[in-house]
Amino acid sequence: MNPAIVVLRAIVAREFLRFIHQRERFIAALVRPLVWLLVFAAGFRAALGLSITPPYQTYITYEVYIVPGLCAMILLFNGMQSSLSLVYDREMGSMRLLLTSPFPRWWLLLSRLLASTTISILQVYTFLLIAGLFGITMEPWGYVLVFPSLVLGGVMLGALGLLLSSFIKQLENFAGVMNFVIFPMFFLSSALYPLWKMAESSTLLRDICAVNPFTHVVEMIRFSLYSDMNLAAFGWSFGWTVLLLGAAVWGYDPARGMARHR
Amino acid sequence: MSAGLSASGLGFRYGAKEALKDVSFDIPKARFCALLGPNGAGKSTLFSLLTRLLVSRQGRIEMAGHDLGADPGKALAKLGVVFQQPTLDLDLSVRQNLRYFAALHGLSGAAVEIRITECLARLDMAERADERVRSLNGGHRRRTEIARSLLHDPEVLLLDEPTVGLDAATRATITEHVHALANQGLTVLWATHLTDEIRDTDHLLILHRGQIVADGAAADIRGERSLEDHFLNVTGANA
Repeated sequence: MNPAIVVLRAIVAREFLRFIHQRERFIAALVRPLVWLLVFAAGFRAALGLSITPPYQTYITYEVYIVPGLCAMILLFNGMQSSLSLVYDREMGSMRLLLTSPFPRWWLLLSRLLASTTISILQVYTFLLIAGLFGITMEPWGYVLVFPSLVLGGVMLGALGLLLSSFIKQLENFAGVMNFVIFPMFFLSSALYPLWKMAESSTLLRDICAVNPFTHVVEMIRFSLYSDMNLAAFGWSFGWTVLLLGAAVWGYDPARGMARHR
Repeated sequence: MSAGLSASGLGFRYGAKEALKDVSFDIPKARFCALLGPNGAGKSTLFSLLTRLLVSRQGRIEMAGHDLGADPGKALAKLGVVFQQPTLDLDLSVRQNLRYFAALHGLSGAAVEIRITECLARLDMAERADERVRSLNGGHRRRTEIARSLLHDPEVLLLDEPTVGLDAATRATITEHVHALANQGLTVLWATHLTDEIRDTDHLLILHRGQIVADGAAADIRGERSLEDHFLNVTGANA
């Protein structure tokens, strides 16, 4: 087998084993979007009227609207959690070990991202299954066609986490990441409310939401769940992925990044 | 060319603070070299440079005949490292852990299984291959780390204070094991601040305030005094 593939397979397998040993983490990661879906959305349903906008072809309930946003939320939280574990790994030595592998650093980091994305995608499908059991279903083909969007979104948000982890010196700073990265990204996006609804209260907020990379991930997932393709969202997500990935590899460059912080 | 481990003119600074100043040494193949230095002497920085976690624009490092700066892939392939921090996944067995580390060097298949058994046997750990790391004591975990560092058949082995937190008997066993590895042909750099881990026949480097202040056979360096006295004297710790 190609040695580079051996490395990738081992990193994914290790992440998977770790995931199996931490079932509490899996359940916790599922509870969050399910609470939004089954509690928050139920409450909001009456308050919020949604008109027909693509990709929807008929009136939809609020629960149906927020499913794609919650899928993206899983990718976002996992990407950040993975960055948290990298800071921890760095203190523990396993990150040092990974980086002393003779393979190119970008390949090692990409492998690590693909590993955490694999776990995120498993969680997204479990979430979609549970949503389905509550009668919130998508197009049958949508479940298949959403896969590439989940991979791209997962790698993009993971790369953002990786970039942040290269600048975070200690674990404690993760609370700052929650406040200044995760929450603004999530709330200033189309995950919970459509942009036209946002524009009714503030066009400035709408514009911020429109350029937020997380919005593009949400819309890419939303369209593909309905077997549709939002080219703009896909293009933006792809561009952001390349940019963040490049920046993360730069952040881990031994000549400037990571270990230089002491 | 010694084909062991050598450095010339290494320097490194964290902002204004100079951590290493013109560090040069040459450890011949199959030698056990102790790197002795008080806390804060620059040992960790030197290790980060040798493992390429940091890169310096000053100086050059050569590992088993490969220039680390110019050809990091080839140099790192010849390098085994035991970090001060644990790297093992506690929930996996010894063998599962070692399989992962072998894969990080691109190794897989039946040959790896044989190699794992060999490396564990070299450290008297063969019968613990299927135990979970969590159930091992500190000494056995360290030995697993050393077995892990040998999987890809390195020529140079770096150990960063590998006996920290272990009791005296376990420390002696591990020191013994690694000396045996050097006798079998490995070039070893062993960082420590404990003088009793060093033998008279070992090569010794003393690092103090970022500079090498002694380089040679341990017996020659200490002269008539005990190594501990000499070390305290050189580093000014007893002043």
